[in-house]
Amino acid sequence: MTDSSARQEPQASVAGAVDGPRPTAARLADGEWHRLHPASPLLRGGIVLIAVLGFVVSNLRERLVEVFLPRYGGGDQGDPVEYVLEHGIILQVLGVIVGVLLLLIAGFYVSWRMHSFRITNEVVEVRSGILFRTNRKARLDRIQGINIVRPFFARLFGASKLEISQAGQDANVQLSYLGTAAADELRREILRLASGSRAAAQPARQAAGQNVIDRRMNEFLAPEHDPGTPPASIVNIHLGRLVGSMLLGNGMIVALVVIAAIVVWISRTGNFFVLVFALPSALGFFSYYARRFTRSLRYSISGTPDGVRVGFGLLSTTSETLPPGRIHSIEVSQSLLWRPFGWWEVRVNRAGHSSTRGADNQANTTLLPVGNLADVSKVLELLLPELVGAESVTMIERGLQSRGGDDGFENSPRRAAWLRPFSWRRNGYLVTPGSFVLRKGAIWRKFIVVPQPRLQSVALSQGPVLRMLRLADIHLHTVTGPIRAHLDAVDQDRALAFFATVADAAVRSQESDTTHRWRSGEATGDSARLDDGTA
Amino acid sequence: MQGDFHVTDRLDLPATEWRRVSPKLVVVELVSWGLTLLIAGAAAIVCFVVFHLWWPGSVATVFAIVALVNVILVPRRVRAIGYQLREDDLLLRRGIMWLRFVAVPYGRMQLVDINRGPVARALGLSELKFVTAAASAGVTIPGLPEAEADDLRDRLVALAETRRAGL
Repeated sequence: MTDSSARQEPQASVAGAVDGPRPTAARLADGEWHRLHPASPLLRGGIVLIAVLGFVVSNLRERLVEVFLPRYGGGDQGDPVEYVLEHGIILQVLGVIVGVLLLLIAGFYVSWRMHSFRITNEVVEVRSGILFRTNRKARLDRIQGINIVRPFFARLFGASKLEISQAGQDANVQLSYLGTAAADELRREILRLASGSRAAAQPARQAAGQNVIDRRMNEFLAPEHDPGTPPASIVNIHLGRLVGSMLLGNGMIVALVVIAAIVVWISRTGNFFVLVFALPSALGFFSYYARRFTRSLRYSISGTPDGVRVGFGLLSTTSETLPPGRIHSIEVSQSLLWRPFGWWEVRVNRAGHSSTRGADNQANTTLLPVGNLADVSKVLELLLPELVGAESVTMIERGLQSRGGDDGFENSPRRAAWLRPFSWRRNGYLVTPGSFVLRKGAIWRKFIVVPQPRLQSVALSQGPVLRMLRLADIHLHTVTGPIRAHLDAVDQDRALAFFATVADAAVRSQESDTTHRWRSGEATGDSARLDDGTA
Repeated sequence: MQGDFHVTDRLDLPATEWRRVSPKLVVVELVSWGLTLLIAGAAAIVCFVVFHLWWPGSVATVFAIVALVNVILVPRRVRAIGYQLREDDLLLRRGIMWLRFVAVPYGRMQLVDINRGPVARALGLSELKFVTAAASAGVTIPGLPEAEADDLRDRLVALAETRRAGL
């Protein structure tokens, strides 16, 4: 990762060559080195400072106790304050404290000076560290997503964290922290450069508000800062639905079963000690739900020319942009108790993950925490640009709700009922332009879409029982995530045909796939909407 | 549903010329099963002699039966492994009872591994592993003669280069 630029002076002004003149508006993405927000070391090291302070205070506790309650004190030989007072070295000690503080500040300053980044047409590059230098270079056409996170503490200072997700373990590029306006401008510019669009950079607009307080207030209150395209969320989750969906979710079913078991146990044995074991899990359960709740508040999803933007969070906010072609599979699922309300959840498999945890405290893979059929249709249309028109809406509806039968899907034969007694009727697959669609489950309904160019490999398997029934399983392999695109008990001959179709379509679609530079086919200066994904 | 159960011919893909792996792989498999058997037997004997325990013996017996069944099946299982380099993807077949076909487009290759265990190395065999971005694909071809494995690796890398795709 070391090249000539890594050896250059950390003067973040004229270092780094740019190919071709760039408009002045794209200030941060002009291929030259820039520094982060001046408060970055404080925001990042804030927790450490507080910890040090806590350590000092806890060490002086003895002393404080003695001051206020002299009777309990006693001449403690080990107390450093006592020692200092007795030997009359207050000045020296104060000097040391000031020296350490100065060192810390100098360290912060140097680390800020040494931490710089640049964005060229091809790569984003970050270098940091004082003694141990790090230089990370990431290709723009391999960007899996851009996440702007604003933790509560940083929000007060008008700072944001910008994270560029890349595929691979610990492969993300983090710019923490940037000014909020700078982060938005940078995101727009990185996406523009990464898209391969030849459109000129748009001039950055100044944030409204005259003085610092006004501007901070506006930044703090606005959920989304991109001044170029303020996308309106296509789905709004009402508070009632959010609470309801959590109360009726899978976790709650498990909790009810456990509570019932405990009640039965206590009523039969008269022993209450089982509650001792139940308490920690109850605490964990509630903290999980509290987190899920706050993470799902103010949820928004919208389409931008550069992909899908998902935002959430009340105090700490997150706004993540997924460029086209970065979603490897989509699953729409319905927990049992959600069925009377017609609620669904949409999750995705992605190659890169932001380090910010999502609603379920896992890597953020939930694109829609809860929504009805119309919401799901809208989200799927956003994620899969090929799925447009009334036909695909019917297909989605059937995929989600149909009990099976002759509805366009290739379903399992009747003999699959030996293995799938409830769901064999709707256990089926479909090849649509651009995607493979699987649907399964009669009680826990699932609907899985794998975009064709994202398929890694396809497998067909058959065990002894399946062989006797002339059935086979199909697996569509995508990158690791919560979704396993897997369909069992398909008719053997149809499975063979599907296997051949999938293997062929995967190759063809990869050849024509241009999503790594998703707007490269676009005319100059044109700002087409998001339908140019895999054109 | 009386007619649902059939004992049919084995599933196979139409128009496929499978390339087999080296029959010497049988020896590698037999040696590894033999070693497991030896270790299990030794453990059972030690348990009996030192601790006067009987039950490890029965566990070892179960182990031995499983190993024997496997030993009988090994030659057929090795014969069942096949692969084919099609125009745009690699096709792999494994298993008798649990049959499995995998098709991987060359452009999906992230890297190719070649592994050699001690026994396989003594017999001049290599195992080739085709790694994609998906965790579960499990595309491994065991029992390739060393030279063939190296050739195949270079060929796969070259093919992947011409059909380069993103993720």
